[in-house]
Amino acid sequence: MGSVIRIVLQRLALGLLTLLIVSAVIFGAVNLLPGDFAQAVLGQSATPEAVAAIRTQLGLDQSLPVRYAQWLWDAARGDLGVSFAQANFASFTGRVDPSATVLAQIAPRFANTMFLAGVTAAIAVPLAVGLGILAALWRDTAFDKGANIATLSSISSPEFFVAYILILLFAVVNPVLPSLSNIFPGMSFGERLEKTLLPALTLTLVVTAHMMRMTRAAILNLMAQPYIEMARLKGMRPLRVILRHALPNALAPIVNVVALNLAYLVTGVVVVEVVFVYPGIGQLFVDSVKLRDIPVVQACCLIFAAAYILLNLTADILSILSNPRLRHLK
Amino acid sequence: MTPLLEIRDIRIEGRSDEDWHPIINGVDLTLGRGEVLGLIGESGAGKSTLGLAAMGYVRDGVRISGGSVVFDGIDLMTASAEEKRSLLGRRIAYVAQSAAASFNPAHKLIDQHVEAPVRHGVQDRSESVEDAIELYAKLRLPDPDQIGFRYPHQVSGGQLQRAMTAMAMSCRPDLIIFDEPTTALDVTTQIEVLAAIRDIVDQFGTSAIYITHDLAVVAQMADRIKVLLRGDEVETAPTREMLEHPREDYTKSLWAVRGFHRPEKPAPGPDSVPILSVEGVTAAYGEQVVLEDVSFDIHPGRTVAVVGESGSGKSTTARVITGLLPPRGGAVKFEGETLPAGYRKRSKDQLRQIQMIYQMADTALNPRQSIAQIIGRPVRFYSGLGGRRLRARVDELLEQIELDPATYRDRLPGELSGGQKQRVGIARALAAEPRLIICDEVTSALDQLVAEGILKLLARLQDELGLSYMFITHDLATVKAIADEVVVMKEGRVIEQGAKTAMFTPPHHPYTDLLLSSVPEMDPDWLDRLLAERGVEALGEAATGKM
Repeated sequence: MGSVIRIVLQRLALGLLTLLIVSAVIFGAVNLLPGDFAQAVLGQSATPEAVAAIRTQLGLDQSLPVRYAQWLWDAARGDLGVSFAQANFASFTGRVDPSATVLAQIAPRFANTMFLAGVTAAIAVPLAVGLGILAALWRDTAFDKGANIATLSSISSPEFFVAYILILLFAVVNPVLPSLSNIFPGMSFGERLEKTLLPALTLTLVVTAHMMRMTRAAILNLMAQPYIEMARLKGMRPLRVILRHALPNALAPIVNVVALNLAYLVTGVVVVEVVFVYPGIGQLFVDSVKLRDIPVVQACCLIFAAAYILLNLTADILSILSNPRLRHLK
Repeated sequence: MTPLLEIRDIRIEGRSDEDWHPIINGVDLTLGRGEVLGLIGESGAGKSTLGLAAMGYVRDGVRISGGSVVFDGIDLMTASAEEKRSLLGRRIAYVAQSAAASFNPAHKLIDQHVEAPVRHGVQDRSESVEDAIELYAKLRLPDPDQIGFRYPHQVSGGQLQRAMTAMAMSCRPDLIIFDEPTTALDVTTQIEVLAAIRDIVDQFGTSAIYITHDLAVVAQMADRIKVLLRGDEVETAPTREMLEHPREDYTKSLWAVRGFHRPEKPAPGPDSVPILSVEGVTAAYGEQVVLEDVSFDIHPGRTVAVVGESGSGKSTTARVITGLLPPRGGAVKFEGETLPAGYRKRSKDQLRQIQMIYQMADTALNPRQSIAQIIGRPVRFYSGLGGRRLRARVDELLEQIELDPATYRDRLPGELSGGQKQRVGIARALAAEPRLIICDEVTSALDQLVAEGILKLLARLQDELGLSYMFITHDLATVKAIADEVVVMKEGRVIEQGAKTAMFTPPHHPYTDLLLSSVPEMDPDWLDRLLAERGVEALGEAATGKM
């Protein structure tokens, strides 16, 4: 077990290092965005003096490395800065309105995104893995082909198209679900769930194909192994052969694809949020880019990067745990 | 009494590309209750396919196209999948060639052992666990109470093979198919497994089909032997009769295979400079020391066989000599000159002098390159030839390995037989015009007849080109056939070394003695005699010692 802990710690350290590098890339890239906040907020007719004043207030006049170091230091202490868009520049006194911090901006949005991702994962992961197992069990049958065609067509259609089709089916033709997902604080879990269901179903259709096909391929890949033949020659039923003998050895690739898709759910669902007017972090991100609200953009990027790294790390660790060779050394 | 298993005129076909081609062309097989039938033949003879068909099972891409298989009154050709499943594991069991690959790496041995009895409703889990421990003890596995609670990768190959035999016995089947169960094992381990299998089969009166390509092994195990050749039966006879009076020419040729023997060359003079000296080499993979103070010489034109069990450091020595693994200490000298430790620091000429031939010609040849490309590459690299002269040189090399250039030049490795592929491996080594060739188990993946052809070719090339060989092998028959000197290795050390005749004449080092006496002989009483000499106790100790 000691070696597993060592491997986990190693991966964790590597993850942190990756995050650090990514943070530098984010900072550099965001500062390459054309135009700046001062110019954007004051408009075309701003005097150079006014622009310069705001730049000084925000610390934009300092050199890039200095600003990066400052930002990193604050971020490490949990202070992601103040949203430019929410700060009141006219009466800027250096005191920060608590609702204007980046954290206050992002926190509720991020919670919503996690809720949507969670609901989607709860539907999509069991569905995809289950379909993959059945497709492997009934390889080359009508079921296998049908499942492949269905998931491939849903992944090949643009997200907004899938979303509108679902709205048409479940909100217009059979009005059973709301087409707007305008959730707000104070809603009960049931209401939230109801509002989230359509976007979650849309995302399910988008992410199922990868996971299902990987599950099927990973299992079929093992079917020629001597230990699978041995299980059959012991008179085991096909479903048991797959569940008990193939699946535990196929977990590593499946877990990795699941992690990748979950990361996508956390970071890449802007289009679906827009269609359903879902107040997630994706919309906030896009709005902030438009406004050149750099602290929010940076914080979003950092969260996205952290989500990717964390989920992949989890996948790595689960793969290690699924392998008895690593879990129990000789 | 009706026989337990009756196979009549069975025809089995396999699919390659879009066509079905025959694997078994109408073979009959009858197995009495409590009888052990040996099934022998070269690879591709259809032994495993026939063995599996006896279970009513075929692999993907294979079909039974005719004939019948009747097991204890049940016609397996017409039985439903459910009926067959209820027989498999319960009344008919299977022991595979590689236990390491046939145990599921994700589960403990005991969980795999109890699966058949529990699922078939023969025993509940706790009964079956108790029974497993008893079987482990009967099969002389060390620590029978605990060994089942390990994962396959935590148990050695010989022990896994016995654990698999125990698993096959779990439901006390009427019939067990043993499919080359000792082929992947070292000779010393093989004996333990053979003895264990024979005892337990005797004890429970189980019928068995014992599949192998090793005549000496089958002679110990079987009551009757059936010889197969490319899907046809050659002959069937009781073991002793077959050994003493084989009727068919093919059987006789199999029996005569071990006849090739090359006399030992006279010892090198006192002033002969060794072409290669390994001097006090110590090497390690990470923390684990795998070679300790290994020293030996190879003189020009001679063959030095390096023998030992798997894990003894034979191949690691080759890696040190070729510069793939820089040693921790010691040196490798070529004609008295110390070679740089890593191959990157060696000159082209130093690299040229030492070439290698590998065990698995399949994986050592690029499947996408034609034979001419494979051989042409080192010719161009070392001698800079091109165009017509390159082609002429490749043809010359093909002729040296007895393959017709016009026929084989443009073929891909996949279109060649195992023996032909190994010949191409030899030609590729010769292309560099080396002085020394390291042959790493070059014949162990080949059938005996084919292997003999390769050994004869290597001997001829040595005479013609004055080559020196370092011959890594675990097969002492091969050593007897071609070595001049023998180096015995164990656990990374050289145990004993000397001229072949001296090594094969007693007294030996005890370990050499163990190795030599473990090579099965073509005498049905050999195993009994050996076990009586060694005593069961000694075997048990040997098993524990190999943990």
